[in-house]
Amino acid sequence: MTIESHVPEDVPQHWLRQSLTNRSFVTGLVITALIAAMALISFVWTPYDVTNLIVADRMKGLSAEHVFGTDHFGRDIFSMIMVGSRNSIAVAIVAVGIGMGIGVPLGCWAAARGGLVDEALMRFNDLVFAFPALLSAVMITAIAGPGAINAIIAIGIFNVPVFARVARAGALALWPREYILAARAAGKGKVLITVEHILPNIASMLLVQGTIQFALGILAEAGLSYLGLGAQPPMPSWGRMLFDAQTRMMVAPHLAIFPGLAIVITVLGLNLLGDGLRDVLDPRLRRER
Amino acid sequence: MTAFILKRLGIGFATLILASVVVFSVMEILPGDPAQLMLGMNATDEALRALRNEMGLNDPVLLRYVSWIGGMLVGDFGNSYTYSSPVIELIGERAIVSLPLAVIALLLSTLIAIPVGMFAAARRGSVADTSVMGVTQLGVAIPNFWFALLLIYVFAVWLRLVPAGGFPGWENGIWPGIRSLLLPAVALALPQAAILARVTRSAMLEVLGEDYIRTARAKGMPRRIVLWRHALRNALIPVLTILGLQFAFLLAGTIIIENVFYLPGLGRLVFQAITQRDLIVVEGVVMLLVASVVIVNLAVDLTYAVVDPRLRTRA
Amino acid sequence: MSLLEIENLRLSIGDTPILKDIDLTIEAGEVMGLVGESGSGKSMTALTVMKLLPYAARAKGRVTFDGIDILAAPEDAMNRLRGDDIGMVFQEPMTALNPVKTIGEQVAEGIRWHTSANRAEAEARARAILDRVGLPEAQFPLTRYPHELSGGQRQRVVIAIACALKPKLLIADEPTTALDVVLQAQILDLLRDLVDENRMGLLLISHDLAVVTDMADRVTIMRNGEVMEAGETAGTLSEQKHSYTRQLAQASVHVPERRARSKDDGEPLLELTDVVKVYTLRRASLFGPHRHFRAVDGVSLSLARGQSKALVGRSGCGKSTLARMILALDHPTGGSIRFEGEELTGRSEADLKPARRNMQVVFQDPYGSFNPRHKVERLVAEPLHLVEPSPGAAEKRERVAQALAEVGMSPADMDKYAHEFSGGQRQRLSIARAVITRPRLIICDEPVSALDVSIRAQILDLFADLNQRLGVAYLFITHDLTVARAITDQVLVMHEGRIVEEGDTGRVFDAPQSDAARALVDAAPDLERAIARRLASVG
Repeated sequence: MTIESHVPEDVPQHWLRQSLTNRSFVTGLVITALIAAMALISFVWTPYDVTNLIVADRMKGLSAEHVFGTDHFGRDIFSMIMVGSRNSIAVAIVAVGIGMGIGVPLGCWAAARGGLVDEALMRFNDLVFAFPALLSAVMITAIAGPGAINAIIAIGIFNVPVFARVARAGALALWPREYILAARAAGKGKVLITVEHILPNIASMLLVQGTIQFALGILAEAGLSYLGLGAQPPMPSWGRMLFDAQTRMMVAPHLAIFPGLAIVITVLGLNLLGDGLRDVLDPRLRRER
Repeated sequence: MTAFILKRLGIGFATLILASVVVFSVMEILPGDPAQLMLGMNATDEALRALRNEMGLNDPVLLRYVSWIGGMLVGDFGNSYTYSSPVIELIGERAIVSLPLAVIALLLSTLIAIPVGMFAAARRGSVADTSVMGVTQLGVAIPNFWFALLLIYVFAVWLRLVPAGGFPGWENGIWPGIRSLLLPAVALALPQAAILARVTRSAMLEVLGEDYIRTARAKGMPRRIVLWRHALRNALIPVLTILGLQFAFLLAGTIIIENVFYLPGLGRLVFQAITQRDLIVVEGVVMLLVASVVIVNLAVDLTYAVVDPRLRTRA
Repeated sequence: MSLLEIENLRLSIGDTPILKDIDLTIEAGEVMGLVGESGSGKSMTALTVMKLLPYAARAKGRVTFDGIDILAAPEDAMNRLRGDDIGMVFQEPMTALNPVKTIGEQVAEGIRWHTSANRAEAEARARAILDRVGLPEAQFPLTRYPHELSGGQRQRVVIAIACALKPKLLIADEPTTALDVVLQAQILDLLRDLVDENRMGLLLISHDLAVVTDMADRVTIMRNGEVMEAGETAGTLSEQKHSYTRQLAQASVHVPERRARSKDDGEPLLELTDVVKVYTLRRASLFGPHRHFRAVDGVSLSLARGQSKALVGRSGCGKSTLARMILALDHPTGGSIRFEGEELTGRSEADLKPARRNMQVVFQDPYGSFNPRHKVERLVAEPLHLVEPSPGAAEKRERVAQALAEVGMSPADMDKYAHEFSGGQRQRLSIARAVITRPRLIICDEPVSALDVSIRAQILDLFADLNQRLGVAYLFITHDLTVARAITDQVLVMHEGRIVEEGDTGRVFDAPQSDAARALVDAAPDLERAIARRLASVG
């Protein structure tokens, strides 16, 4: 068997240059950075105080003072969206953290051990996949009452098998590789090999999956808040804003438009970032696109 | 083949058992007295005692679990406290709304997504491909309930083509029923279709890079025929996987969408049951939804064996 | 007019030129051998004739097949040619067939497409051609799926597809490279017979000079997208006028200089007694008994210090499984493996450390052997993990530099990544990693079979040199008898999990006693013999 002369393997050096010429990546990064900046700025400054109800100003349309108008309590929608982004981002980040923190070690463990451990993990995955995040949120709310924590737990639990699956699949593909065999011949144990060889090589897959789950988390959190199972008033949240907008939509459609757009743009940005990352980090996949 | 089916059946069954244990335990670890929770603080001792007896709260845990499972197997899901009727009847009434909704949405999503994905893959890199992918990228990012609100605004409020919500009941004819399920089904289906189209496209592209596609082309088969005869069936394998997973999201999605459109379906039933603390209803409906997810995934697994002969012979 | 005429063919993919002014002709019924190392452009030449080039490829020049201008032909004209007048066989039989369609469907499809045959007629013709390529109906009905066939059988199906309509030209792109030598000989025989029967032209692409010499009437030798030399096979290869032809031919038969090893009567370095590895297979039916596969079936062998021993056999004979057990990467089901007098099986990883330090490994694939995210220093230093007390950073660097020097690389390479090196250089890095702990034994699992011949010759020299200088012993696993002959003193022939013959390498290969060894030797391509045969037949 002869070898292809130019096999493009992982090329860590050109990472930066490649990323900056990748349109998805740059667009995604810019959008994500803007949203993150908005959330951070909201801690120190918003155009209006969102805890201040001014009934006289209720349901105003778009104007120079209120760029996105005001809601039924006279609160500035743009300020609400800024503050609401905190909740969306926080819930999604913690849920991804839970998913990665538990899922990745589980997946790596199953891949390294095989046999019963692996089989048990797969069955656990089947089980969790049978409970869509929304359904577990419904159950958790039934026990503990509504709140942002429920949303985090429900979405987090659902993320665990997702990351376990990705980590396991990535690790299983690596274990028979010759450099892993060479490491074993060098007397390295499974834990050390996982840390030194497996994790660095599945990190990019996990990162890509992380952005996808982050985006899904934002969507799920919005859904839960819309149902009233997530963040509770007076804490502004995008989903809740949409719920409040629904009954008033005939008179004031702007109430529904802007929080919805905020969700769409955030999720779009994250998905673009994920696609771009995949292109940059995994040259094999780029050819397929 | 039989071994494969039996193994899958076994796994599905085990998952169901585990899921029932989870649902049961969740209800078990509820802080406080479920009867008290359901009746509120002002309940009389008598009523509490009666409810506890009815719920079998005085029996040992294992016995309660077994009788719960046994009951469900013969269609006895217990009685709803708030509706004072058997849960199975409530489920029956609501399922005739939710089931058609889910089926229409699934059909819609599949029928749109797979041709669109194939089309984009066949014209990879073209303007058509790029724009289709742009639209799906947007579709993936749109929350279905927001999309539902926009649909209501455009089609119900502006154009007045369809009702903004509610359900007339099937007894008033099939068409009015379907008409009121149309917008909800579209709202559910489109974001799913966007994901599915993307998966179909990338599965097709991956398959089109395989050696056997080149073999087929070397036989003199034109690209278009190769696409249909050789690529599609191989690409279906990952597409089926996603389809199975999506069913779970679709079911969960009905909880939201039914609330947006005020449809008297299972999703709305479980949502109202939560706010009313009607735990027996919650338990029953959740178990039912979980069971249907498991069964659909089992069906997907079995379809693999039809699509992929390698699974058929692998005992 | 020739059947195929290629004139001044230039091809580029994007801005990269791939082919430069290629000229090549094939007459009806003639076998043309196209030889070259990787990157020489031989596959691209073939794909140009089929017009199945990659997306961004642009071809200029003239390609005429049977009077038809290929480069100017529209797609449907090409569709009429492909599979009818031009058939093609590819390198990788495992992936060349659609896994979800039966072999009957796949053979009949082309027949139905090109002729007006109905389904029954097409199936009858498919049946006939499958019989012809050696897949009789009794064992291989049309309803078989590809995954139910072995690699060699799949390649027969691919040949059946390509030859179903008796094409005027058959293109075979490395058709036997993925198969073991015995299967290779069978497939080459089949191709030769089909070509003779139907007076087909054959364009046989191969990296193996011996295979081409055996098969081809004329050869074209390519390098870096250019034709180096072309001509009648016997003359071209016996005279070796062109320097590159000579270089290729010499590299193909290269034997490194080695002194015969002085006799050593000490205890054996490695000793295996009755080693068995049994895999449990899936049950045939749900309640049936578990079936077992004895991958290694009672192997005993011993290896002296400084000795170089080959382990040869067909693919699937158990040689790699055996290697993994010796390396303690896999547990034997039974038997004993003693290294330097110590039993290895059943030991904990900590207890294995001294043995691992003295026993290292070199694998086949120079691309898969390195973690792409680590630099050379870390890659080569990996086995130092076994050294106690563990060396400090400075000492580590020094030992890596020394190991690199040992294999002819520069200490400056330490801060590069593996992908910055060529295949041959990577294999040198693999060897550096193996020698860094000064082991007494290196297990080499097909260490040169992924390399081009000229690189292979250099790596074999390096192995021979290290054997002399460091006194390291080798267990050299290979399917290539030329390699075994070049680098080892003794050989073990393995067949279906057992050692069926052993002895001095030269003696065993010159006069094999067992059927398995004889089959291997008979099937192995041998350049010198092939040239001699060619010359004899030309007269």
